[in-house]
Amino acid sequence: MRRARSLTLLILAAGVCAVLTWSGFAPVHSESRDRIFEIPKGTWARRMSGHNVEILPDHIRLTLGLRDILVLRNHDDVPQIFGPTLMMPGQSFELPFEQASEYQFACTAHASGQMTITVDPYPASPWARITWRTRELLSQLKDSSGTS
Amino acid sequence: MSTRLLTWVVALGLLTGVAAAGTATRAPAFKAGLFSPARLAPDFSLQGSNGQELEMSQFRGRVVLLSFGYSSCTAVCPITLATLAQARRQLGPAATAVQVVYVTVDPERDVPARLQSFLHAFDATFIGGTGTAEQLAAVRKEYGVSAQKIPYGDSYTYSHSSFTYLIDRSGKIRALMPYGHSPDDYVNDLTLLLKE
Repeated sequence: MRRARSLTLLILAAGVCAVLTWSGFAPVHSESRDRIFEIPKGTWARRMSGHNVEILPDHIRLTLGLRDILVLRNHDDVPQIFGPTLMMPGQSFELPFEQASEYQFACTAHASGQMTITVDPYPASPWARITWRTRELLSQLKDSSGTS
Repeated sequence: MSTRLLTWVVALGLLTGVAAAGTATRAPAFKAGLFSPARLAPDFSLQGSNGQELEMSQFRGRVVLLSFGYSSCTAVCPITLATLAQARRQLGPAATAVQVVYVTVDPERDVPARLQSFLHAFDATFIGGTGTAEQLAAVRKEYGVSAQKIPYGDSYTYSHSSFTYLIDRSGKIRALMPYGHSPDDYVNDLTLLLKE
């Protein structure tokens, strides 16, 4: 019984080590470098009817070489202040970043009046890769729970 | 035998191509953020720093760099204007087809003469625009520009949008360059727009 438990723990530890090793040393790549935010159709009407509609977070994290193009799309029927700019209905805006830094934008869509975009350097070290993969996983889980 | 070898070579080539396409990175030619589709820059009629009427439509045929700020700004505006001036210098003769337009958010202090003097410290070709508070607020609304007056001792400052619009020869807002980009980035994008 005790031996079986030890074996299970050993297998689990080996599994964790294997995942961490893979996360830290396997090269990172991204299918798309876009980080997309969209204003759905009917957003303005929902806001006018008193709903609190938050589409663009006041802090966005991007990563050079992997996810470094901010894409904003307005699918609504009216112009919208979206992030740093005014977007017409049906218009999209693609903003590439080439330097790791923290960028501040005036954004009247947020209570603070500010939007911050943190652009992290390309994850070159094993620890940076693990962090990036974890963040991507959490982001995908968050997105999928938000859309389900 | 040679047919089989050829098949393998072709298959390997296709696989390599697919793999390369899958990992290919998009290299945006523009350094600024691009709008798609581009919309016509809203026209306005303001008082120009040169004493004449200033309308956006008068610059059709030239590439316009449109920025908003105020002459008492000590943080953002001097850096933006110095960057634009440097970019024009780097462009050389092509700069004649580039017009910098700077619209004030501070109608109280930025009378045409003051704007002129402020702008000419950077580049004598820069043109400023001023007007009544209502006129300027209407222009800002059309361009999605924010400006907030902040009391500062006996005086005041402004918190304002710090980006620069890039407007093409046909008068369309093609791109938005956030604050902090280098003159080289402007030269890159202006060169692309001037070639069109």
